[in-house]
Amino acid sequence: MSTHKDRWVFSFSFLLFCASSIPTRGSARLLQELSPQEYFSSLQAGKASLAYFSHNVSPGAQPFLEQIENSAKALQDYGISVVKVNCPKEDVSRYCGKENAFRKAYLFRGNTLIREFPTDALFDVNSVVANILFALLFNEVKYVETLADLQNIENALKGRSNMVFAYVPATGTAEHRAVMEAAFAYGTVHQFVLTTEATLLKDTGSDESDVSSARLLFCHCQRATDLAQPCRRTAMGQTLTMLNIHRHLKLMGAPLVTEVAEDPEKVSTVHLQLGLPLVFILSQKETYEADRRTAEFVAWQLLGKAGVALLSRDLVDLNVLLRSNVALKTPDEGVPVKYLVLEDTDEVVTLVEDKNKVEQIQEDEEENEEDEDEKQDNNQDIQDDQVVEAVSRDKKRELPLEQILVLTEETFHSALSETARTVVLFYASWEAVSLAVLQSYTEVADHLKGTRGVLLSRVNCWDWPGVCTKENVTQFPTIKIYEKGERSVVYDGMWETEELTSFIMLSRVSCPLKLATIDEAEGYLRGEFPSELSSYHHTSLLGVFSTASSEAREAFEEAGNILSGRVTMGMYLEDDTLSLSRKYAVSPPALLLARSGGRSVEGIALSKQSTQDMVQMIRYELLDIFPEITVQNLPRYLQLGKPFLILFSDGDISQMESKEMLKLAKGRPQQAFVACWLNLKKTPVGRGVLKAYFATMPSLPVLIWVNLHAGGQVFKFPSGQAVTEMNILSWLEKLKAGLEIPSSTLSEEDWKPPLPAYDFLQMMEMAVPEVPLHTSHRRGDTPERHPPESPGGDTAVREEPSQEMMAEKVGSPGRDLRGTAPRLAAREKQGKRHSEL
Amino acid sequence: LGLALYTGSLCAVTSAAFLYHDYCVIGAGPSGLQAAYFLQQASRDYVVFERSHAPGSFFALYPRHRKLISINKQYTGKSNSEFNLRHDWNSLLSHDSRLLFRRYSRDFFPNADTMVRYLEDFASLLKLQVQYNTAIVHVTLERDRQAWNGHYFLLTDQDRQNYKCSSLLVATGTWVPNVVNFPGSEYVEGYETVSINPEDFAGQTVLILGRGNSAFETAENILGVTNFIHMVSRSRVRLSWATHYVGDLRAINNGLLDTYQLKSLDGLLEGDLEDLAIIKDKKGKLHITLRFYLDNRNTSAGIDSITLPQDELDNFATRAPYDRVIRCLGWKFDFSIYNSSLRMMPGKGNKKKYPQIKPSYESRGTRGLFVLGTASHSVDFRKSAGGFIHGFRYTTRAVHRLLENRHHGVPWPSTVYPITQLTNSIIKRVNEASGLYQMFSVLADIILLRENATAFEYLEEYPVGVLAELEVQTGRKAPNGLFVIIMEYGRNFSGADKDVFYYNRAVGEAQHAWQSNFLHPVIYYYKRLPTEREMRLRPPDWPLPRPDAVHHIVEDFLTDWTAPNAHILPLRRFLENCLSTDLRNFFAESCFLFAFTHQKLPPFCRQGYARMQGLVGSEGLRRHAVEAGLLEDYSLTDFLGDGPPDSHEGSQDQLLRDHAIPVHPLQHLVNAKDE
Repeated sequence: MSTHKDRWVFSFSFLLFCASSIPTRGSARLLQELSPQEYFSSLQAGKASLAYFSHNVSPGAQPFLEQIENSAKALQDYGISVVKVNCPKEDVSRYCGKENAFRKAYLFRGNTLIREFPTDALFDVNSVVANILFALLFNEVKYVETLADLQNIENALKGRSNMVFAYVPATGTAEHRAVMEAAFAYGTVHQFVLTTEATLLKDTGSDESDVSSARLLFCHCQRATDLAQPCRRTAMGQTLTMLNIHRHLKLMGAPLVTEVAEDPEKVSTVHLQLGLPLVFILSQKETYEADRRTAEFVAWQLLGKAGVALLSRDLVDLNVLLRSNVALKTPDEGVPVKYLVLEDTDEVVTLVEDKNKVEQIQEDEEENEEDEDEKQDNNQDIQDDQVVEAVSRDKKRELPLEQILVLTEETFHSALSETARTVVLFYASWEAVSLAVLQSYTEVADHLKGTRGVLLSRVNCWDWPGVCTKENVTQFPTIKIYEKGERSVVYDGMWETEELTSFIMLSRVSCPLKLATIDEAEGYLRGEFPSELSSYHHTSLLGVFSTASSEAREAFEEAGNILSGRVTMGMYLEDDTLSLSRKYAVSPPALLLARSGGRSVEGIALSKQSTQDMVQMIRYELLDIFPEITVQNLPRYLQLGKPFLILFSDGDISQMESKEMLKLAKGRPQQAFVACWLNLKKTPVGRGVLKAYFATMPSLPVLIWVNLHAGGQVFKFPSGQAVTEMNILSWLEKLKAGLEIPSSTLSEEDWKPPLPAYDFLQMMEMAVPEVPLHTSHRRGDTPERHPPESPGGDTAVREEPSQEMMAEKVGSPGRDLRGTAPRLAAREKQGKRHSEL
Repeated sequence: LGLALYTGSLCAVTSAAFLYHDYCVIGAGPSGLQAAYFLQQASRDYVVFERSHAPGSFFALYPRHRKLISINKQYTGKSNSEFNLRHDWNSLLSHDSRLLFRRYSRDFFPNADTMVRYLEDFASLLKLQVQYNTAIVHVTLERDRQAWNGHYFLLTDQDRQNYKCSSLLVATGTWVPNVVNFPGSEYVEGYETVSINPEDFAGQTVLILGRGNSAFETAENILGVTNFIHMVSRSRVRLSWATHYVGDLRAINNGLLDTYQLKSLDGLLEGDLEDLAIIKDKKGKLHITLRFYLDNRNTSAGIDSITLPQDELDNFATRAPYDRVIRCLGWKFDFSIYNSSLRMMPGKGNKKKYPQIKPSYESRGTRGLFVLGTASHSVDFRKSAGGFIHGFRYTTRAVHRLLENRHHGVPWPSTVYPITQLTNSIIKRVNEASGLYQMFSVLADIILLRENATAFEYLEEYPVGVLAELEVQTGRKAPNGLFVIIMEYGRNFSGADKDVFYYNRAVGEAQHAWQSNFLHPVIYYYKRLPTEREMRLRPPDWPLPRPDAVHHIVEDFLTDWTAPNAHILPLRRFLENCLSTDLRNFFAESCFLFAFTHQKLPPFCRQGYARMQGLVGSEGLRRHAVEAGLLEDYSLTDFLGDGPPDSHEGSQDQLLRDHAIPVHPLQHLVNAKDE
């Protein structure tokens, strides 16, 4: 938006410059009042002036005079002075004598009368300026009435100069004035032709039949070689204003194709300065001539919409795809040049036109935003936090909290020691996230109703801050699971019913669980032991240790403490481990991993590992190879910091796709990317993702490569190709080689405040300007340096007694003390009135 | 046994030279005991000297009529112990919930004997090291480069026993009665000895000098039995409900105002006591005259030769003779025990009853000497509560924290939070913190921002007057900017001559919060720590120099600042704009969308969802968010690819704007307190 503004500032300042560079010798007062003698003697050769003669102001001429006066400034910019000539009563000369002369204004150049205007032709500033310039620029602006006249002029200009042809529905309008003002500046460069005949417009081939609006065409006659053919014309799309005409003429005057030999990022042309995009045709030595023709062809198509430049790749070292043949630079600052591979010239044109369309829309939006900027003061107090708003909309609903025990500072410790496991939700009753979690917590309570050995409870930290501080609760909300009086685990999973329920259930079993017999170990791997977990889908991990491997065992036990609640971990270290290790072909120390639902057991050898390594390794092993991405599980995969290869599907993916993707994912054990899929039926927000990537919904399923962590480029697997391992691999190769063009790039913008805050500092300064808020405040007045303070806390009171004391001291001692006596009595009578507030 | 005696006497001999402690506290009143508690908790080497045989000797005598005017609120409707301290003005701070004053008295204005008992219990239950019957009569310095402050404090008690300390905490209060000397002042009875039995005043006419709570308390006691009472003082009466200063005349004592204004014979007069003279006539009646008349006369002459004002001015106000004149002029700090090398100077103007100290409570004259309790009130005299138990219990804690940092390398306690908890931590504190509330404009919470504003450090109740020295005084670093959370009254609201009941005195709308009049939280934002020069040159009546931004949380009738739209939302916007970030909360679904469509995540998603702790939220809540237009429901949209790709975010924001329904505050309810 700022560049948009800048661009106008630029054009406007240019115009101002044009206008102010015209020599003016205006006096301080714009409308001079002179006597006839003074006026005629002041006339200078070549200088135009508009004069109005009057005896005294007749009431009828008043509005006319006002318009003349208003126009004085505008006319002065064109070197035309405006003079009101006061005729003496007895004067009967040519201008002063005749009664009807007072109904006219006279335009002089030097002392030659150019034209006289009836006052009703000069009805406003536009008409004054338009008519007067029209009269003065008689040669520069040809007025035509017939098609023949127009063609004659056109033919005469061919090969010599260009023509600006304007149609205005009537003279004296704002459009007329704009054309005349343009003619004043450009009249020597181009031939201006003006008409008020709508028929001429129709014959120029303009498809728009609306004759009520003014039109302007630029006729490229200078280049015209064929006398039989009419000159090429470029219509101005915008309304006729001085700025638009100026802009249009600048564009028409610019070279059709600019040849450049530097980095496009650095190139700047008239087009960019005027806020239009610049299209680069990337050329090579071999194809230079053809490229030049293409560039010219495109340039004609884009005339007035964009600039075209021809860039020789041989001269500039461009770090872009060799295949790229077109580049697009937008006038917006900070937007990088886009390099594209386009097939034909139409694509170039649509590219620019679409861009314009997009810009148009964006401009509209920006304008809306501007409107809203003003209204923003009213929006600041509208809640834009989805969680806070959702919770406050829900506040009237009473939550079923019966299942959850309320703990207080007094009951906290006793309650903890009474139950094997106490889950405590620490929350603040005024905090939205807490209340949102409390809702899920009630659902958990519902799920776990009747589960023995688990007590769900809550502590409102707003009521009992002491407990919360003691329990080291620094965030709202916090869930901790206390094991009978002893250690506690902080829940660090999703604030969600199922995950929390499963966490609570899994943490009931000690982690790792020591398995005594081989049967237990086998049952454990089958998910049948311990029985309280058999109904919960979970992944079971079994550490198999020989008695010798104590180091790995200790690390495993510590890892168990950390992962408690997330996974079940078993530990088996009997002498006959050999039977287990033989069965699963591992040698202790080793891990056996039984995924939930699956029948297979994987064996993983344990080398020397720290607890941290082991935790990380187990976490990694818990991830699926080709997962279905959901809102809940995305973070686990995000943490890998790898690009995503994600298949968006409306419903389940087909077996074929699943097989191929799985092959792809399994093929490389240390994948450089996360292969996954997303079910739009289950995770509808995926549509929002696609909507952000593509303008139109791609046909589903669609395979996307998105590098979330570096660059944020999004690539779409070609829709024509089948999703097979081979195809994907070769596509990925191409991506790697930089041969593909991203469909979009993720915004790397920071998250800024959604709305401004109340600027109280400014409000205070506005309201109390004399309060010296600035630190440049003079020293003497600071409270610390105040002279001995008299009783009274604030200024008003402080001053009162001190002044009186002063007065007492100033007077003579006798009178002074005499004065004190009645003061004792009089004080009450005087009693200071409460100042009205 | 002989050996024991010998070593014992040896000890006595060496201790006759001096007994050493790191910290010496003079006075076992409320502030001395409070300091002792913190020193004890930190296992410091300290001793408290008390001249009496029990703690709180001032309260054993004062107030003479035994009614404390610090409120002891039994019920607040809340269980929050920190919040309840806001309305418990008598308890000292401790971990022991038995030592809450409401367990000692059920009276709203408790008896002073209860305070004495409470202080005894406080000292004994907490096993504080108090040495009773030890009156420190002299304090001097011993230069020593090795000492903490370049000198030791040498204390001498009434038995010539010497003590040596590295740091001296003066908690002696202000106990020396103010007296005025004028001709005839020998006829004046002091508040400290005057009878408190109303019967002794039956049918008498009484003149009271002074206009503080002790004067009115005395008047209140005898109001019903006297002929009439007149009260003279230089300054006009200052009502605490108009000045918002608890040391001014409290409503509980103001019966005399009633009888004066209803012309029931009692009255108030203004005049300088220095100009007074009292003459006793033959009948023992006391006549008021002026020093001026006496100067011209031979004082030895009898009463008849002395001109009385009424001789010249026959309607002179105090022309009626009095039976008694009572002086109730308050107290001042005992400066007498300090050697001049300590440069314990009286304050200036109306603070001359207090020693000069810095806003850190350290003496201006001597490093390592801190003044605690009532004697430290010069910092906030006639402003806040630093001269009273409910104020200085917090300033004493602040001094202890300063000392822990200075001498023991224990930095000011702080908690580090993720930035997502910024709004919450402020809201929590302004709603419950008692220190901020009582010591408004004096103690402030400080939030030190960590780099990139991803986390912050929270420091509680730091003396705001030494903000510039924060890094040195706390041992914490503030390189990335800071917030200062403080409570303030409206700038022109309080004062003796102010009408505090005027119509529309309360502000209801958040956007006008800066005009709030009643006590409300104010948050100052500084991009860097203000310098000492900036602190010195701050505008008058401002507790702090000009900040880079400031936020007022609008005053609240219930002092409950938890309203989502009126309190929390504007605060969040302020914090967001200071930090240039988005502090909104998001459901996991939104974070999911952002993760796939933005290279960066908002803090809430980054610190929650991305770390596997997203807020999934119940179905019902997400539906509410969709209805509010703040969450898009993609399962419903028949997706037709409307809108260009880049404008997605815009369109959601658009959605946001279109659907958000302006919440019009219920004007009449908001302003109910005015009507």
